Amino acid sequence: MDTQTIKQKQYLEQPKERISGSEAIVRCLLAEGVDILYGYPGGAIMPVYDELFKYQDKIHHVLTRHEQGATHAAQGYARISGKVGVAMATSGPGATNLITGIADAQIDSTPMVCITGQVPSHLLGSDAFQETDIVGISTPVTKWNHQITKASEIPEVIAKAFYIAKSGRPGPVLIDITKDAQFEEFDFQYKKCEGIRSYKPIPETNIESVKAAAELINNAKKPMIIWGQGVILGKAEEEFKAVIDKTGIPSAWTIMGASAIPTSHPLNIGMVGMHGNYAPNVLTNECDVLIAIGMRFDDRVTGKLDEYATQAKVIHFEIDPAEIDKNVKTDVAVLGNAKESLELLLPLLNKNSHQEWLQKFKDLYAFEFEKVIKDDLHPTKEGLTMGEVLKEINIQSKGKAAIVSDVGQHQMIACRYAEFNETKSNITSGGLGTMGFALPAAIGAKMAAPEREVVAIIGDGGYQMTIQELGTIFQQKAAVKIVVLNNEFLGMVRQWQQLFFDKRYASTEMTNPDFITIAKGYYIDAKRVTKREDLANAVSEMMASKEAYFLEVCVEKENNVFPMVPSGASVSDIRLE
Amino acid sequence: MDIENKTYTISIYTENNIGLLNRVSAIFQRRRINIESLNISVSEIEGVSRFTIVVEMTEDQIKKIIGQIEKQIEVIKAYYHTDEETIYQESAMFKIKSDLLFEEREIQNIIKESNAQIVTVNRDFFVLEKSGRRHEIELLHRELSVFGILQFTRSGRIAVTKEPMQISQMLKAFNQ
Repeated sequence: MDTQTIKQKQYLEQPKERISGSEAIVRCLLAEGVDILYGYPGGAIMPVYDELFKYQDKIHHVLTRHEQGATHAAQGYARISGKVGVAMATSGPGATNLITGIADAQIDSTPMVCITGQVPSHLLGSDAFQETDIVGISTPVTKWNHQITKASEIPEVIAKAFYIAKSGRPGPVLIDITKDAQFEEFDFQYKKCEGIRSYKPIPETNIESVKAAAELINNAKKPMIIWGQGVILGKAEEEFKAVIDKTGIPSAWTIMGASAIPTSHPLNIGMVGMHGNYAPNVLTNECDVLIAIGMRFDDRVTGKLDEYATQAKVIHFEIDPAEIDKNVKTDVAVLGNAKESLELLLPLLNKNSHQEWLQKFKDLYAFEFEKVIKDDLHPTKEGLTMGEVLKEINIQSKGKAAIVSDVGQHQMIACRYAEFNETKSNITSGGLGTMGFALPAAIGAKMAAPEREVVAIIGDGGYQMTIQELGTIFQQKAAVKIVVLNNEFLGMVRQWQQLFFDKRYASTEMTNPDFITIAKGYYIDAKRVTKREDLANAVSEMMASKEAYFLEVCVEKENNVFPMVPSGASVSDIRLE
Repeated sequence: MDIENKTYTISIYTENNIGLLNRVSAIFQRRRINIESLNISVSEIEGVSRFTIVVEMTEDQIKKIIGQIEKQIEVIKAYYHTDEETIYQESAMFKIKSDLLFEEREIQNIIKESNAQIVTVNRDFFVLEKSGRRHEIELLHRELSVFGILQFTRSGRIAVTKEPMQISQMLKAFNQ
């Protein structure tokens, strides 16, 4: 008898237990190793919450203050742990409030399972109280979704949900369960999903394509790598480092790929994209071979496609076949998981060092340093810069903190200047650019890795989008460090207005509340810094705190983030001022 | 790569699940591509559905669309073909006043020459069914319009390919 048949036999021989659908949901979650979930109760999901009360010693439910917070917390949890984040909500508004986080998880390939309650099946389609077609609404932003109307469907569907969410290119899955299915009793048995015939999570790697890639790389005079989150999701950090160490290829990252190798690695040449570093952007249009690993040529990375790396042969290592040739035409596509593909590639590569070529990156970095970085990190004028705050956090955390950033100028500054010594240290909303992401995501990140220092870097705009999650932080005693860089503006929009809309600051200036009072109202220690001489002590006090801490830094009002590739421009037209 | 718009027939083999039509049509919707016709039926494989979708686009576009379709969890395999690579048909029904059938000899000739089938006849109306290529159905429509058509409907395209599709082998490999 083969292993599969033995497993099947063991499963069939398991005693069946007659339990309710809602208890089955909790038991399925336990079987999938879930010990924490984020959510918000309501009428259509109450039977499940009743069961969670019974199982509270095994599954910790985190009551967020809004369902959007639950999804972002689940994302933060997933991004730092590599496990599936779980969020739960009731029907109607509870379910629709999950959508932003689901869309964010979809575009950033974050494994997440969302469970929503639904009105009883006999009321479906009748515009019943708190009924929405959440399966229809979530279809374009989920990797998979499904509605359950019978308790007996629960084990198989939840098993599928977890399998789909975490396998291949990860993503969010939504399971909608009618209230009658939650009450209904049935004979429960659980078996983990091991495969779906219509779904191939990882395409087979063609060795010929690996050989073709190796040949191009070995013959390249000016090769350049851009890596993305696929390196982290594929657990390929070691293999990736071995490839660049052997070949000496200058390597740049997308914001989703940040932290896969340490910032200080000599071949780490910085960030690409709209606010990325000068050298990797400009030299993308000079390299002869461009090697993309686990990244998807997002328009924020490529700028004007017609003028993007047209001189280069392009090699694309990618798990999702639909990404091949989607934005940039490739010469060699290597399908598969980054870890396995790079393992196959490594022995075929010649040892090399591209010192002259690497020096070009260093020279352009020196140029960028003089023009931009020096003033960002070592300002001489009076106002505090966002960059110097990040520099201070780097010093105090020794580059070991997980940085959770929101969306806007501070995000770009955080990604540019945060030092990452460990993988999975940069948690941000990349593809969707969701303001309000960071505060709840930091809660999830801290709960997934309580041993790590988690620092959320947020702007005054994004902070107020999910500020209510301070309540969750207080209730859960989540020791996150919150740094709000307050410039009393929606800074990134203001920057665009300054540069492209003749300084017409339409609805971007913010009159803010007293953030310190608000934090203290939630019993969170708080401090405001307005002067440079107070910054180091304040950051030090924050980092020394064993509990949650709120630090507001009043930074210059009209500081801009440079370099910048103007929207629709070529990456080589990147501006330094 | 052909950059001219062409008519393509997309064949998608899928699991028979609720909601998949939504997922597939959303792929076209978000790229603002108009679906010329869409048909879903059982396929030659038990329990496997087949979508037949007709669209006009460039080969570059259709390759990307096929990639997005195949990403859907319940899609087993998607193919695209030009008209020359398929054998295809549509079906149409015409409802016409019965008087005309008996009084207009020309209508009788049109029916005969077009190889249309009379589905039913009663005192008030008769129903014609015509299967064939789009231009044949359109010709019949033009000829009958002169006399007055009470109701007309045409199905989406159904098509089979001239070359074999490897779908059965794929499914067999999964089951092993």
